[in-house]
Parts: sequence; structure tokens; C-alpha cells
Amino acid sequence: MTTTTKTLSQTQTGTLAILAALALGAFLVFGAGLAQSAALHDAAHDTRHAIGFPCH
Amino acid sequence: MFRKIFGSALLAGLIAGVVASALQHAFVVPVLVEAEAYETGDIVHFGGVSPADAAHDHGDMAAAHAHSHADAASAGFDWERFAFTTLATIVTFSGFGLMLVAGFALAERVGVAPRASVVGVLWGLAGFAAVQLAPAMGLAPELPGSAAAEMGARQTWWLGTILATAIGLALAALSRSPAIALAGIALIAAPHVIGAPHPDAFAGVAPPELSSLFAARSLGVGAIAWAVLGGLAGMFWTRDAQGEHHGGAAA
Repeated sequence: MTTTTKTLSQTQTGTLAILAALALGAFLVFGAGLAQSAALHDAAHDTRHAIGFPCH
Repeated sequence: MFRKIFGSALLAGLIAGVVASALQHAFVVPVLVEAEAYETGDIVHFGGVSPADAAHDHGDMAAAHAHSHADAASAGFDWERFAFTTLATIVTFSGFGLMLVAGFALAERVGVAPRASVVGVLWGLAGFAAVQLAPAMGLAPELPGSAAAEMGARQTWWLGTILATAIGLALAALSRSPAIALAGIALIAAPHVIGAPHPDAFAGVAPPELSSLFAARSLGVGAIAWAVLGGLAGMFWTRDAQGEHHGGAAA
């Protein structure tokens, strides 16, 4: 593998990894913090208040 | 790259989440549970456990023997509530960790990623400022039984404030151009110039003494947990970067 190809493929993987991390991170925070499902709300109730999410 | 981002983020998020939930159980949840005793005519959370008992028997291990899922009210210490809160806090901080380390990876492209855990702590405190401190200056951390404006409006202002503060801090702290730094500061100020949605009248049933204690503790615990998150994420990120430098391949 030449240096050029390696750098290029690493940059593309990097962008994908960054987007995946942002998306999964946002999904976890919104699921625990904001989702309106009753079960999620009850389970995460104290966490939501403690972190200051606008909960109810 | 996947392994570097997700490994650093999830391990730091797990540890920071454990630290955060321990501090929440010690400082924040007892105040919250006590406030629920004052909350009348509202939803009863967690199957009607007596808030006063839960507050005063906090940490009573023996009470666990009396616990059953069908009858949480009989237990002095609510293990179900404890477990769910711990889990939700770990999940939340894992999410924060993923977004923080994604920020490291973006910053690395312009040569400003943390190269020491102490810089990670600063990133963590910036995350705290964006996600907890700046929104709290408009919408204080809320006890159950507090009066507040309509939830949709609050969530919109809250999310907008987080984004504006995060982007503003990144511009102000990481840019070398004074004009861009000033634009960042203006962006941080903007949500507070617009103003957070507040109710027409304050008629919350939570005692003001409890509310202020809750808000202060919520922010204190958040600051510590975010500093731990940032410091650990910075340490893991720096270590992985050194590994790459010595010939390890990015996954």
C-alpha cells in the first residue's frame, strides 16, 4: 500500500468514525435525556433532573 | 480510527458515568426525593415509594431484603430506582464521551486536539459549560414540583443554547483569528440575549431552599463528572496517538 492511498483511506475512515461517534453519542444522550417514552422517562427520571435536561 | 474514537470515548464515558452517578446518589437524588414529598397532584414516579423514607434510609443495605418489584414502597431503599439512575447516567456520559472524542478527532484535523490529559480536562469543562452551565443560566436545574414554561419551548432554547455555546467555545478557544474568536463569544451570549422561556407566574410547590441546593449540587456534580470525562478521554486519546506514532495502525 502506498503512503498516499493509506492516508486517503484513513481520512475517509476518520470522517465516517467521527460521524458515527457523533450520531451514537447523540442517540444515547437523547434516549436517556429527552425521549418521551414513559418507560425511558421513569428509568432516567433522576438522571434527567440531575443533569438539568428539560424533562417535564 | 473507529477503535481509537470508540475505545477512548466509551471507556472514559463508563468511568465518568460511574463517578457521576455515585456523586448524584450522594448529593442530588436525596434532595430530589425530598422535593417529591412536596409535589402534590402530580405524577407519582416509581410506584409511590415514600420519598421521606427513601431520603432518610439512603444507603441502608438491610432494607434491600424487603424489596420486591411489585412492592417497591415497602423497601426503605429503592434498588430499582438506584439501578435505573446509575444505568441512565452511565449511558448519558457514554454519549457525552462519544461526542467529546468526536470533537477531539475533528480538532486533530486542524492540529488542536488534546495532547495531554490536562487539556482533556479543559475540553471536559467546556462540555460542562455547554451542556449544563450555560443552559442552567436560563433554565435552572429543576426540582420536581417547580413551575416552568411549556416543555417544547424549553427544550428548543436548551438545545439551541448547547449548540451555540459548544460552537462558540470552539471558535473562541481554538481559532487563531481574533474576529472569529469574537464571533464565538457573541454566539455564546446570543441565547441569553434572546432569553429563556419562563412561566408567567412562579407557583412551584418545591421549597426554594431545596431548589437552590439542588441547582448548586447538580452543577457541582456535573462539573466534576465532566472534568473526569475530559481528563480520561484526553489521556486515552493521547495514549492511542502515541501508540500510532510508534508504528501502531489506526483501526
